[in-house]
Amino acid sequence: MERPLKEQTRRSFLTGGIAALAGFGAWRWIGSRNLEGDVPWPLRRALQTNEELTRDYFRPTRLAREFPRGTSGMPKVNGEVGIDDDDFDVNKWRLEVHGLASAEGQATFTLADIQAFPKVEFVSELKCVEGWSKRVHWGGTRLADFARRYPPARSGTDSYVGLATPGGDYYVSLDMASALHPQTLLCYEMEGRLLEYSHGAPLRLVVPIKYGIKNLKCIGRITFSRGRPPDYWGERGYDEYAGF
Amino acid sequence: MTNLPRIEQKHPRAIRWFHWVNLPLLSLMIWSGMLIYWAHGVYIHFPDWFYKLFNIPYRLAEGMAWHFLIMWFFALNGIAYVIYTVVSGEWRYLVPNRQSFVEAIQVTLHDLHLRKTAPPRRKFNGAQQIAYTSIVLMGAGSLITGLAIFKSVQLGWLTALLGGYEAARLEHFLLTCGYVMFFFVHIGQVIRAGWNNFRAMVTGLEIVDDEEAADGTPA
Repeated sequence: MERPLKEQTRRSFLTGGIAALAGFGAWRWIGSRNLEGDVPWPLRRALQTNEELTRDYFRPTRLAREFPRGTSGMPKVNGEVGIDDDDFDVNKWRLEVHGLASAEGQATFTLADIQAFPKVEFVSELKCVEGWSKRVHWGGTRLADFARRYPPARSGTDSYVGLATPGGDYYVSLDMASALHPQTLLCYEMEGRLLEYSHGAPLRLVVPIKYGIKNLKCIGRITFSRGRPPDYWGERGYDEYAGF
Repeated sequence: MTNLPRIEQKHPRAIRWFHWVNLPLLSLMIWSGMLIYWAHGVYIHFPDWFYKLFNIPYRLAEGMAWHFLIMWFFALNGIAYVIYTVVSGEWRYLVPNRQSFVEAIQVTLHDLHLRKTAPPRRKFNGAQQIAYTSIVLMGAGSLITGLAIFKSVQLGWLTALLGGYEAARLEHFLLTCGYVMFFFVHIGQVIRAGWNNFRAMVTGLEIVDDEEAADGTPA
């Protein structure tokens, strides 16, 4: 009676040992692959696969939850890349937009130009990859309204929007569907007041359907393009889509 | 009447594989979850020595990438396990019934040496049925709360059902705490139950000796 049990025990533990080694090996293998956007390429592929599934399922009619006024507050200043210019002069600021369908293909805007569009206000959660979230009252112009008046040269599913700070130190990419989502704002007000520089004055991006890292502060340049523009955090190991 | 000790098949091969595959998958989910949690530490502040010991600090991006890869395997293994237990009929041993709750109290009292009567000699006693069914429900809970955080807009109805984004995040965290507690109790019980019981989870085979009274609660 003991012998078959001993034999089975030997075989099972051997199988288990080999399986454990294989699993450990797979974990080490994945972790040691060449980096792509600062993350081992198998992990990058996984992020991209998740993105494809999400984009297939995406409907612009699904909105980020909105909250009543008075339940919000200023979020902490989290990151100063691209907004650390001590000599920044809001009055000299202009928004450059490239990749337009117009003959010139580009145009320059003042804050007043953006404010001339219908103003949209709502309270939504700013969700940080770090794991905190904060309800903020935003005010601004729908990027979709802007794009209707100044249509991009390209607007297919392979078209993107790149946004960058005036010096180009911080930059994000947005897929066109997310950029044209009704809650995506060129935002100039937080908590009912014009933006402070630390929060991206005079104009920032608010995109509640994406993580905070996409909500670029102080937009200097918007580029409509075919193909994906560079993304600051996408180059530093994060998901380039980063959308909910 | 005397029966010789005999060898019996206890755990089917499939269940043993699901169980052991789940161990590294859940460990990787908790590990990558800790890499993420470190970045803000909303609920509990873990001591710095703990973070250092497991090389956790400054690995948020890596943690997210691992979490969003392994989640698929964790989900598939869990779903396959549930389907298997239903189709094979194994669920009958695992799902608690009306007596399980009273029995669970008796087993607990026995384990705490407050009650002499040994737990029943079945594959799983009431306490085990409750524990093993709860852990599967918790797994489902982790998938659902995780999905509600991961796609809080496109699956906004799910997030709303769970009480919102912040609530889903807390629930996701608490479930993880639950796993860790389960793990320690489970390991304790496995050690108490002894080699014969542990071997059964690896080989599937168990020595059954009717003569001997229960030498402990199987884990």
